[in-house]
Parts: sequence; C-alpha cells; structure tokens
Amino acid sequence: MESLPPGLVELVARHEASILSEWMTIQTKSPTTRADLITEADLREESRRFLALVRQAMTSGAGDIHASAWSEAREFLAGLSASRARHGFSPSETLTFVFSLKQPIFNVVRRDMRANADAFADSVWAVNDFVDALAIYTSEVYQKGREDVIRRQQQEMLELSTPVVTLWDGVLALPLIGTLDSARTQVVMESLLEKIVETGASIAIIDITGVPTVDTLVAQHLLKTVAAARLMGADCIISGIRPQIAQTIVHLGVELADVTTKATLADAFVVALARTGSSISRPTRKA
Amino acid sequence: MGDFLLVTIQVDMHDRLATTLQDDLTQRIVKAKAKGVLIDISSLEVVDSFIGRMLGNIAAMSRVLDAQTVVVGMRPAVAITLVELGLSLPGVRTALNVERGMDLLRAAIAGDHGAPGERLVHGHPQG
Repeated sequence: MESLPPGLVELVARHEASILSEWMTIQTKSPTTRADLITEADLREESRRFLALVRQAMTSGAGDIHASAWSEAREFLAGLSASRARHGFSPSETLTFVFSLKQPIFNVVRRDMRANADAFADSVWAVNDFVDALAIYTSEVYQKGREDVIRRQQQEMLELSTPVVTLWDGVLALPLIGTLDSARTQVVMESLLEKIVETGASIAIIDITGVPTVDTLVAQHLLKTVAAARLMGADCIISGIRPQIAQTIVHLGVELADVTTKATLADAFVVALARTGSSISRPTRKA
Repeated sequence: MGDFLLVTIQVDMHDRLATTLQDDLTQRIVKAKAKGVLIDISSLEVVDSFIGRMLGNIAAMSRVLDAQTVVVGMRPAVAITLVELGLSLPGVRTALNVERGMDLLRAAIAGDHGAPGERLVHGHPQG
C-alpha cells in the first residue's frame, strides 16, 4: 500500500492508550505469550514501545514499512527478535506478538468507521498490509541471526580442528581430524606455513589417522600441503596411514613419489629425529 | 673454488627486467665460477605464474652452469599461491632464510665435490 488512509492514522493516534490496553488483554489470554518467559510488566513495556513506534511511523503516511519513516520500528523488531530468541521463545511465538496487534486496531476501526464501508475496508486492508510486512521482516531478521550463528560456529570448528603442534626442535606435527575439503585445506596450509616461519621447523609430520576417507580430492589436498611446506623449506612426512587407506591410495593410482609415509606417528617421529640430527637413547641399566 | 651469489628479488618484476636479471645472473655465475645461487624472495608479497616460471628458469639455467640454486624467504601466502597455481617448482631447493639456504648449498656442494670453503658474494664477483 503506497500511503495510509489519513483517517486511520488519526484514529490510531487518538486511541493509542485503549489500543494498548486491549492488546494487553488479548496477549495475556493467549498461551503463546509465554508468561513463564516474560513478566506482564515487561510485556506491557515492550508493547507500549512498539505501538508508539508504529503510531509514529504511521503519521508519516507511508504504508511501505521499508521506508525511512519506519526505520525505528524495524530496529525495535530486530532487537526484539534477537532478545526473544535468547530468552527461548520460538519464532512463531515472537511472530504472534506482531500479528496480535491487528485485532485491537481492527476493533477501534470497526467502532469508528461503522457507517462507512469503503473507509472501513481500506483501513482494515492497510493495517493487514503493514502488520504482515512487519511480521515478515521480523522473521527474516530471525533467520539471518540463525545463519550468522551457524557460520560463526563453522568458522570456530574449522580453526579448532587444525592445530599445529611443536613435537620437538624443528619438528611439527599436524594431527588432522575429519574430512579434508578445500576450505579446510586452505586453513591447514596457512596454519602450517605460519608455524614453520614461527618455529623455523624443517620437518612437519602430517598425521591422517583421524581422516576417515582418502579419495583423489583429499589426496590432492594433502599433496598441495606437502608442496607448500616444501616451498618453505620444510619436508613433510605423512603418518597414520591405515591399511584401508594404503589400499585406496594404490587403487586410485595416487602418486606419493617423493613423500615419506609411515604407518604410525611414532615411526614418523623417529625418522624426523634422525633427519634433524637427534636420536633417542635408553639409559643402560646396571646389571 | 667458487663463490655463492645472492640475488634479492623485489616487487614489480616485469618482462624486460626479468630477462635482464637472467642475462646478468648467468654471466655472473660464469665470471665468478659460482657454485651456488641464493634467490631471496622475502620481500615478495605477491607472486604470479610469471615469477614462478622465472624462478624455475633461473634454477634450470644455473644447473646447466653447474651451480646449485636455493630459493629462500618465501612467505606463506606466496607458497600457497604457487601451489594453487600448480607451480611447486620441482628441482628447486628451498630454505626458510639465507642462513639455512647457505647450509643447504654447502651440504649440496660438499656432496658433489667434497670441498669446503666459499665466500658469499652480493652480485659482485671478486677476483
């Protein structure tokens, strides 16, 4: 709706207080209001503020809630959506708050515009239109909030699951857990190379015990990581190759030409020590 | 007994400059009877396939002249770019920094000739 019927705007302004009290009555009767999650006093305050912002926006005459006159009302709903979600309201319970504003306004319109069918129909439609639009907006904000959380958690998981540990002087270990996709490989490469610069390591042991499957793509990613480390002057040893994986690698014809591979991290560690000029000796026991 | 040559590559290496570098370098290797070439790319923040190829070419040319090449100081972002471009520079040795690079060259040369002792020369052959 382009612009609101002026009669409607004036009506809402005049009857704001009684609209609010009728709205409160309706809300407190409904179970979706969740009296267990919000006190009546808080609900009243929220309703009062929202109704005031709606009335304020209506006085501009704009019926499109994306117009700048409605920006404060939109901001309020964005905040409400976030806070309700935090307090454990379901999305439909939050939306019901917005939708329930229709009835008290309809009641005022019905009482006042009883005589004029056209004005009545126009006003009812206008209210329907902007309340629905506000509810849709609230829903979209909620969705976006959830997506942000998911994206942030994905990022955290990505970072947590690729630690680079210093095993010994000049020897790094990279225990990989989970699947190795291109996004993760990027993170792995960056962490490994930065650690190589930081510690001046010359050997990196990449342990793939925790990688469930190795297909040609995963193998490619591993080889890329090895090549990148080599460009930084560090050699890689791949360890934790399960018998199944060894078979897969051969069947797929993956070329592990000059990459040292070991079955266990322990074996790889011994090789790394030898290459960096150290060795482990057991103290001899006195007979 | 030959010397080592140190080449420091800075940004904005374009075609003609690269060709000049390659000419210069090969001449110097011969003149100084250099046994090792250290290419320092620690000031390169960005690398493209052109530079990647150039590094490979320099290494190949040096090898033909019986000198070993080591590329040092590669930044992580540069290494990742080269790998993504499929230029993992086979046959080019790499080291984290100039000191390590010299150790690597000494070891490689000692392996070839069994003779120690060299001087590090910054692009100016001496004697």
